[in-house]
Amino acid sequence: MAGAVLVRPRPPPSRGITRKWIEMRYLPLTDTDRSAMLATIGAATIDDLFVDVPEAARLDGPIAGLPLHASEMAVERHMSRLAAKNVAAGSVPFFLGAGAYRHHVPASVDHIIQRGEFLTAYTPYQPEIAQGTLQMLFEFQTQVARLYGCAVANASMYDGSTACWEAISMAARITRRKRVVLSGALHPHYAAVVRTMARFTEDEVADALPTVQAEPDNQGLIARIDDATSCVVVQYPDVLGRIPDLAAIAEAAHAKGALLIAVNTEPVALGAIKSPGELGADIVVGEGQSIGVGLQFGGPYLGLFAVRDPRHVRQMPGRLCGETVDAEGKRGFVLTLSTREQHIRREKATSNICTNSGLCALAFSVHMTLLGEAGLRQLSALNHARACRAADRLAQVPGVTLVNRTFFNEFTLKVGRDARVLVRQLADRGILAGVSLGRLYPGISALEDGLLVAVTETTSEEDIEALASALQEALA
Amino acid sequence: MNAPAKTPNASGWKPEMTPAGGAQPATSTGNRALLLEEPLLFEIGHRETTGVDFPAFDPPAASRLGGMERTAPIGLVGLSEPETVRHYTRLSRQNYAIDLGLFPLGSCTMKHNPRLNEKMARLPGFADVHPLQPASTVQGALEVMNELAHWLIALTGMHGVAMSPKAGAHGELCGILCIRAALEARGDAREVVLVPESAHGTNPATAAFAGYRVEDIPATVDGRVDVATLKARLGPDVAAVMITNPNTCGLFERDFREIADAVHAAGGFVYCDGANFNAIVGKVRPGDLGVDAMHINLHKTFSTPHGGGGPGSGPVVLSEALSPFAPLPYTARTKDGVVHLVEEGDAEAFETEHFGAPLQAFGRMTAFHGQMGMFTRALTYILSHGADGLKQVAEDAVLNANYVLRSLEDVLDAPFAASGPCMHEALFSDSNLAEGFSTLDVAKGLIDEGYHPMTVYFPLVVHGAMLVEPTETESKAALDQFIGALRHVGERAKAGDAALKQAPVFAPRRRLDETLAARKPVLTWQGNGSG
Repeated sequence: MAGAVLVRPRPPPSRGITRKWIEMRYLPLTDTDRSAMLATIGAATIDDLFVDVPEAARLDGPIAGLPLHASEMAVERHMSRLAAKNVAAGSVPFFLGAGAYRHHVPASVDHIIQRGEFLTAYTPYQPEIAQGTLQMLFEFQTQVARLYGCAVANASMYDGSTACWEAISMAARITRRKRVVLSGALHPHYAAVVRTMARFTEDEVADALPTVQAEPDNQGLIARIDDATSCVVVQYPDVLGRIPDLAAIAEAAHAKGALLIAVNTEPVALGAIKSPGELGADIVVGEGQSIGVGLQFGGPYLGLFAVRDPRHVRQMPGRLCGETVDAEGKRGFVLTLSTREQHIRREKATSNICTNSGLCALAFSVHMTLLGEAGLRQLSALNHARACRAADRLAQVPGVTLVNRTFFNEFTLKVGRDARVLVRQLADRGILAGVSLGRLYPGISALEDGLLVAVTETTSEEDIEALASALQEALA
Repeated sequence: MNAPAKTPNASGWKPEMTPAGGAQPATSTGNRALLLEEPLLFEIGHRETTGVDFPAFDPPAASRLGGMERTAPIGLVGLSEPETVRHYTRLSRQNYAIDLGLFPLGSCTMKHNPRLNEKMARLPGFADVHPLQPASTVQGALEVMNELAHWLIALTGMHGVAMSPKAGAHGELCGILCIRAALEARGDAREVVLVPESAHGTNPATAAFAGYRVEDIPATVDGRVDVATLKARLGPDVAAVMITNPNTCGLFERDFREIADAVHAAGGFVYCDGANFNAIVGKVRPGDLGVDAMHINLHKTFSTPHGGGGPGSGPVVLSEALSPFAPLPYTARTKDGVVHLVEEGDAEAFETEHFGAPLQAFGRMTAFHGQMGMFTRALTYILSHGADGLKQVAEDAVLNANYVLRSLEDVLDAPFAASGPCMHEALFSDSNLAEGFSTLDVAKGLIDEGYHPMTVYFPLVVHGAMLVEPTETESKAALDQFIGALRHVGERAKAGDAALKQAPVFAPRRRLDETLAARKPVLTWQGNGSG
């Protein structure tokens, strides 16, 4: 496991008979305070307050082998050195997606989420002094519900993958069935989370590998739906970037009494294509990271969760913010319908979730407010235009084939060799070329020549040209 | 931007203004100097307005959307940048926060959030890195994970750690699934998880979510787990016990080792809820008490910001018996100094080479590797404190809580004050308040005094519980002022001061009608948008 920590240790504090306290910039008590407080308490030493800890287990000094406290400057130096060992997406031609997308986040978003009143607040359990967070959540819920074409959205989940499992769990409660049909083109990490959870809850999971073809295999998916199916889970756009016809799948699912769960990992797409709710999805979940949150090496991200039918709201997981009035009749907001939640219902709760992704929801909401309907549509159009340009250019490279007939801002290429190796080679040449299907589906040889390429508004013409010529050289 | 000319607040919405107590004059705006009312985004925004500029671009010759183009309006509205900044800044001022004052929520550990942590998390090498980049381009990020893992293992005296859980409850789930996987691996089907009455609601919810039946274990009169009852219940059907230590009454479970030994002897596992680790970090290692799995809320003990309800981060430290079952992916540093991210498909070969045999990961809990942004903040915090500073954190946190307990036990009923010192939080009950006065009244009275209330009505083992956790980042002067305020409000509640029933009167809102909110849920804005 981990090697030595690199911050230079300081000498240990002197350990005489009279205990010396250390001075540390985050600890405001002075020695005089501590002595006075011990006197008030009626304790002779601090150790008297730890008498309930069995003596055999009590540590008598700082844990050996770990460094001692360090100055702000020293810590900053250490962390900066670690950060410098990473290749930041913005420093190279960059084409990775597969569930996390690089978008430009306006500077004011980060400014607002760093306001202490948002950053250092708790879950709004005392609504009279948390209207800022609560009104923001009400606005966020409205934005998400409208983007997804749904009636109600909750106040967020951890991320898209956990929201996906929670949706399946909710569908099982509504339909009282335990068979889940996963589209083969659901993000494999999402499918892995589902399989992991289902193994313990004894839900049956019918899954499949993706077919690397121009169109998603809708008929194959529909054929797997039966009378025991609680829900069908379809990613939209799918993991290969294709845009499935959700309406046909919704119809087939509903005919068997099953629910359609739509999973979206790129909310920017929904500025350009029809909302899942509009196409008949019953529960819509997804990853909100693209709007406001940033890449952050995979987390924290933002799980979005919405339902089309408001009657299903009492089966939803997570927190919900609702409108009400105060004692003077003024409009205000509170967390509501909490009898679904663990802190009230305990083992009968709809989910065990407590802390969610509040600050990421704020970032999403601020960015979405800056975009507005007009801005989101422009952003979506720009992403699609850049992606079309890149797909056309890359398809000209000898040895490269574009798989997709449809896509939004991400598509699959076949490169005629192990794309995982190719990605590593191009990374060594300073180009982050995309996500190989071999990384997502290790050991599946039929998929190993696939390369997922994502293109956003941050991708320049020069970036596309750099990737095209690097591919051309590498494949020559 | 192509927004049409518009008037601010085109909807004309204006808050109702009825001055508290009738003593203050109404204002025409509804504002009161720095107390500014703010309409909903959807009442002031416009469909055509955007606060973001885009470069000019040529649309593609043919769309590749396959006929799925959105035709109907989305129903979103936008604001220009200055309007956006003002909207959210005004909203922010209606929030209480640690930055404004002491935030004594018991079991939540609302300590100061150092700004160096924020600065480090925003270094492009951490913030602007994709989770699926080739390992050679993210060695620093993997080192952060590995270095934090090293600290968490050392501080807890455990064998391994699963870093990917996204928050405390997700960590609980991870730990319980490790236990279930370990039991299944030895062909031992067990059905029951024992949870003390004083546990956080997430504990029973987690056990149920993982497919277990939950049984309660009562507390003794001194606020600790009833060891005799627990031992009597152990048997071949008990998979695990979930115990919070220090517990939610603010007390250290003295007999934890004895409980753990009994559970192990009966073939079960010990899950420790680590939400209150702040009280003992650097003072005692849970591994020395017989713990098999414990989640650590990085947003509590290690001071990553709560953000108005997350994001959290809940790594789970594991005993030697459970470590092989930890979920994928995980990081491991090999002798050549390279840090690996071990994922599905690669795990078996990697484990055979480096550990001698494949491990038995129970699966995957989340799409990527965990809350990296929280890892950088927590590691920054840990390096700042060091091993000696973290010990001091626990000592000061416990000192502050005991100071609050002993300064207020003459006013408020402290049900376990006679049990000895408390740990990081002081528990009071409503038992000596005047007839008709409740914990809620004390909480709302504290709001008028300029404080966020303590945790109320939890733990459930005490009537009208008030759980105060000051944390170590409060000065004595700050504590003295808070104690004075709580003493004053407590005395009003004991004296039956009718005005207290009206509190809060100085907050942005008076008491809100939660019954109405639940009976007729309005969860999204119902209008069509202005503009």
